[in-house]
Amino acid sequence: MSEKELGKKWDRCLADGVIKLGTGLGLGIVFSVLFFKRRTWPISLGSGAGLGMAYANCQNNLRSHYLQHRIEAVCFRTASCW
Amino acid sequence: MLGVCLRGAHATVRKNCVRSPLTPLQSYRCYSTSRSSGASRVVALGLVTVGGGVGGTLLYSKWDPKFRAAVEKNVPYSDWLLGLALGPAPEDARLPVRKQVRSGGEHLFTRKCKECHKHADVSETAAVASAEPLKERPVDEVTARLVQQDQEEEKLLASLSSRLEDSLASSAKATLQAIGAQEVALQAVTQHTRKLKDAMEAEAPSDEKSTQWKELEAALAERTAAVKDATTTLSKANEALEGLKSVINQAKGQKVAAARPLILAAEENLHQMVVDLDKVVSKVRSAESEAKVVSQYTELVNEAKQQFQREVSSLTPEIQANWKGLTGKLSVDDLNALIAHAHRRIDQLNRELAEQRVREQIHIEAALEQQKVEDHKVLDAAVTTAMGHVKEEARLNLEQKLAELREVMEAEMRTQLRRQAAAHTDHVRDVLKVQEQELRAEAEQVLNSKILDQETRYRQLTQEQLDNFTLDMNAAYARLKGIEEAIDSHAVAEETAREAHQLWLSVEALSYALKSAGADSPSMPLEDAAEAVRASCHDDFCSALASALPQESLQRGVYSEASLRARFNALRSLARRVALIDESRNSLYQYFLSYLQAALLFEDQQEAPPSQLSGADLDPFKLLSYASYCLEHGDLELAAKLVNQLRGEARRVVEDWLTEARLTLETRQVVSLLSAYANAAGLGTTQAP
Repeated sequence: MSEKELGKKWDRCLADGVIKLGTGLGLGIVFSVLFFKRRTWPISLGSGAGLGMAYANCQNNLRSHYLQHRIEAVCFRTASCW
Repeated sequence: MLGVCLRGAHATVRKNCVRSPLTPLQSYRCYSTSRSSGASRVVALGLVTVGGGVGGTLLYSKWDPKFRAAVEKNVPYSDWLLGLALGPAPEDARLPVRKQVRSGGEHLFTRKCKECHKHADVSETAAVASAEPLKERPVDEVTARLVQQDQEEEKLLASLSSRLEDSLASSAKATLQAIGAQEVALQAVTQHTRKLKDAMEAEAPSDEKSTQWKELEAALAERTAAVKDATTTLSKANEALEGLKSVINQAKGQKVAAARPLILAAEENLHQMVVDLDKVVSKVRSAESEAKVVSQYTELVNEAKQQFQREVSSLTPEIQANWKGLTGKLSVDDLNALIAHAHRRIDQLNRELAEQRVREQIHIEAALEQQKVEDHKVLDAAVTTAMGHVKEEARLNLEQKLAELREVMEAEMRTQLRRQAAAHTDHVRDVLKVQEQELRAEAEQVLNSKILDQETRYRQLTQEQLDNFTLDMNAAYARLKGIEEAIDSHAVAEETAREAHQLWLSVEALSYALKSAGADSPSMPLEDAAEAVRASCHDDFCSALASALPQESLQRGVYSEASLRARFNALRSLARRVALIDESRNSLYQYFLSYLQAALLFEDQQEAPPSQLSGADLDPFKLLSYASYCLEHGDLELAAKLVNQLRGEARRVVEDWLTEARLTLETRQVVSLLSAYANAAGLGTTQAP
């Protein structure tokens, strides 16, 4: 079902986001706790990085359909891709 | 034609006559040209000739029937004309035939009838028709006539013979009776005379005398009675004989040949009877004459006695008549007187005797004369009777001889005739043989020709029959073929109908299978139904259609419209949310914007799509509303078309739906086609009532 794809993507996005955010947050927290004397900037960094990565991932995921074509089309045209 | 000629003559006359205002009468006298008179003259001449010819023919045919017959035979309708003018043809062909029929024997008839047939050929048909039955019948007729004649003769003969016999018998009886009576009379007469003689001459005593006289009287009475009886019977016999004679004459008068011997015999019998009767009558007469003589003698004697008695009584009145027994009673005187008387008487008697002796010669002569005369008379009578008898006998002999001669002649004639007949039969046989051969040849020819005709006709008929039969057979065969074809086509039609029905059923099953789609689940896989449809498909179109079903529908089945509709409703919001996303815009921000747009933009839930989409209509929201409208109104196809116009992510999102819709639409199209086809096939095979 093509309509469920989006939902699935969003789920993944969300899950990925949550994971990444959590991981980032966690890592941030960890790093902040460990290395950066409980400063907030690694948490925010980590969470931000996580969120960012999640956002990027999500976007990529959402775009994947279009990009694939483009990459293939580009590869095809330039014949430089392996 | 004559009118035309006259008119032509008129015209020429009028043309050629100088004086134009002439009356037609005067124009006749205009003899300027000879053509007119010549034409009329020719016409008149022709008429005269024709009339003369016809009249001459009529007259001559009236005079000569043979010519008339010839004319009638050769010129058609002349018989009608001649009949009209002269009356029917004379039929004298019949008479000679009839005469000929009457005259000859059987052998003559066929020849004579050939003649009469030839005769009849010349004359009219009526005569032929009348002669032909004669030709056919004379033999029978003549034999019948002969038989009839014979029968008549026989009858006549029988009657004659019976009559003759009857009369003969009666006359014989009468004659016998008469003869008997005459004999009796004769006997009586002789007896009487004898008795008388005895009485006269005997010298018996008175008692015996009286008895004698009584006997005599009795005898006399008997004689008279017998004589009377004899005369009556004689008269009767004469009557009978007369009757017989008349009958014989009558028989003679009828001239029946076969009766001649009978007649002859009867005549002989008659003659014999007459002779016998005459003999007896003569005997009786002689006896009677003798009796007369004796009676005369007795009378004389009686008279003498009486005289004597008278004399004696005159002399001696006391003496009684019976003087024989008076010998003792007479006295002497009486005796003397008696003796004297006796002497006187003796003298007288002597004198008378002398006288008598003298006159004896004269008396004898006279007596002789008398006797001669009487003898003459008797002789004459006897001679005449004898003559008559002899004549009769001679006549009878002659007749007998004639009869014998006639028989002999007849026999001879018969032999001659037989000879002639034999010769004739030989001749006729020869002629008949020749004729038979001729006729046979002719008949054979005719037969052959007839057989040929019959054969050809038979062949023709058989050929005809055969042809007819062949025609019939062909027709029947054609019809049979037609019937078979009809049956086959019927069977074929039935088969096709059955197949169509089958197809229809399978298509119905297919469409039913389609309907089996649940709310969210697809229908059952249409594989089986499609298989069934393929199985019941017998032509390319159908099988192409059946194989045109999409594989998905076969394996998985298709979604119903309702489920698609429901799905679309769910899809719509999604498609609205990603309405802005496409290849160029697909970041998350765009997603956010798209979501915002979807939240903020309101469109009609359902909007009727226009017939032609313009550029503004390609907006996804509009499209979605159009599609929604279409879906709500059951037009999946249009909805799919409209949804197909979506681009970008919306398109990607509705892709599946679209494919499903496409599948459904395809399947439905195929099924509808199949159904239409099945219906059409079914309709095609269904016979309209």
